[in-house]
Amino acid sequence: MTDILNALVLLSNFVLIPALSYGSQLALGALGVTLIYAVLRFSNFAHGDMMALGTMATIMITWGLHAMGVSFGPLPTALLALPFGILIAMAVALVTDRAVYRFYRKQRSAPVVFVMASVGVMFMYNAITRIFIGTGDQRFADGERFVLKVNEFKELTGLDQGLAIRTSQLITVVVMVAVVAFVFWFLQKTRTGKAMRAYSDNEDLALLSGINPDRVVRITWILAAALATIAGVLYGLDKSFRPFVYFQLLLPIFASAIVGGIGQPLGAIAGGFIVAFSEVMVTYAWKGFITLIVPADMAPEGLVQLLGTDYKFAVSFIILVVVLLVRPTGIFKGRVI
Amino acid sequence: MIRVDNLNMHFGGIRAVDGASIEIAKGSITGLIGPNGAGKTTLFNVIAGHYTPTSGHVYLDGEDVTGLSPHELFHQGLLRTFQIAHEFSTLTVRENLMMVPDNQPGETLWDTWFKSGTVRAREAEVRAKADEVIEFLEISHVANELAGNLSGGQKKLLELGRTMMVDAKIVFLDEVGAGVNRTLLNTIGDAILRLNRERGYTFCMIEHDMDFIGRLCDPVIVMAEGKVLTVGKPDEVMANEAVIEAYLGRGLKNKPQRGVTA
Repeated sequence: MTDILNALVLLSNFVLIPALSYGSQLALGALGVTLIYAVLRFSNFAHGDMMALGTMATIMITWGLHAMGVSFGPLPTALLALPFGILIAMAVALVTDRAVYRFYRKQRSAPVVFVMASVGVMFMYNAITRIFIGTGDQRFADGERFVLKVNEFKELTGLDQGLAIRTSQLITVVVMVAVVAFVFWFLQKTRTGKAMRAYSDNEDLALLSGINPDRVVRITWILAAALATIAGVLYGLDKSFRPFVYFQLLLPIFASAIVGGIGQPLGAIAGGFIVAFSEVMVTYAWKGFITLIVPADMAPEGLVQLLGTDYKFAVSFIILVVVLLVRPTGIFKGRVI
Repeated sequence: MIRVDNLNMHFGGIRAVDGASIEIAKGSITGLIGPNGAGKTTLFNVIAGHYTPTSGHVYLDGEDVTGLSPHELFHQGLLRTFQIAHEFSTLTVRENLMMVPDNQPGETLWDTWFKSGTVRAREAEVRAKADEVIEFLEISHVANELAGNLSGGQKKLLELGRTMMVDAKIVFLDEVGAGVNRTLLNTIGDAILRLNRERGYTFCMIEHDMDFIGRLCDPVIVMAEGKVLTVGKPDEVMANEAVIEAYLGRGLKNKPQRGVTA
């Protein structure tokens, strides 16, 4: 019996909790991609680098706060800096829209033109981020590192296996729930949210109603920039910040958005968790877990790891390909927002 | 009210509208008829700002509005409905109507957070207005249904309802009566007449049902092959040889029958 409990603790510690927080970060990223797709009708390839840019801004403000001797007690200082980082990201997104995408909207360009433009924007954001903060690894998490430490857990329960919950993981999940609840409330209940849904539903008609298309577009960018920054900062707190890693995050984020059905907020969130759990489970070495639940003589000799962690992005890629082949509309097929 | 001056709209080699000039008087219900492909809907689309014309001008109350976007024209009181009913399928009928009035305070993030009182007050106003329209059109029983689930006829009513949510100057109706049964058609006709008389709406409508046209419209503009064929009272127009020929082809000189859709 204790073996089974130990096995469950082991699984929680190495699969459930990390996947939950990683999934939350992907979900927030995918939500931004999906909103842009639903309202502006193109896949925004610059989203990963928007995350990097917003996170960079937040990190720099965090450093500034440190220099002024400000800290946030047990919580990371970056949370204090986050609102300012979000504002900067919003400003960048709005300026980009005005300078780049508005031109193509006026031309009524095809979606693929927007996608290509977003690739250009991606490289630009990419460069800006590197000019300011460099290409290296930045760790900016401070405050209390753990909510629950391995030893504390062992003492508390008397089990052999330990369970640790990092502050960043708890913050990630809490923030994700709050932000998602907010976004859904916003889309369902406010006039602005309804206008966004209406615009996404039928652009021709929206243009002939009291919906101001420029305003809808602006608010979409504001939301997307905020979501990107929040997702980026949470990811950075949980792991570390490196511009290239954020660029790579584009793949799991798009996989998440597409698995759930691109253009659908609910799908983006479900997709984020599906991708995160697949990735973590496929790259996890199951040896310890299996040893605990099977009789001693059946314990495996190898690591029972399906894929090395170096290949974790392959998981998103496979999911993406399979979904596009089998069910291109995603799990929650049907309406956009 | 509306003056269209020598308008051309060409798509490649197709001259969808070919030098059309029309005038719509304030307070009138002007009919626009003509065989399929005559350029009626294209003319609507140009006037409503969906296309920028190849050449020519559109004036609203004497002001040149050529090339303005549909949204800008909406602000000037020019509304239209679509031949194939458009609706926000994921919003309810009431929400569809509430979407129409512009510059609602709830549209900016700032007001949504910091002036929730104003937002709510305006929303209550708009909701009351929407309920009034719903009652007028006798669609109370579907007020909370998603608009995507409505029948074709009900969607047409909803289209008409949208134009009643604001004080429009002129409303362009694109086949509002097509595919609608007689009773509902009468309801729509009554609604149009009431809006015209009580609220002073000017209408311009594309229609194929001659009875419907005869009941509502004066004058009637006939288009064929992108050009204006003739303008006049409904019975004059329907007696016109050229019109009959355009509609029915040579050799058939009898009066078009009820429900003829060319």
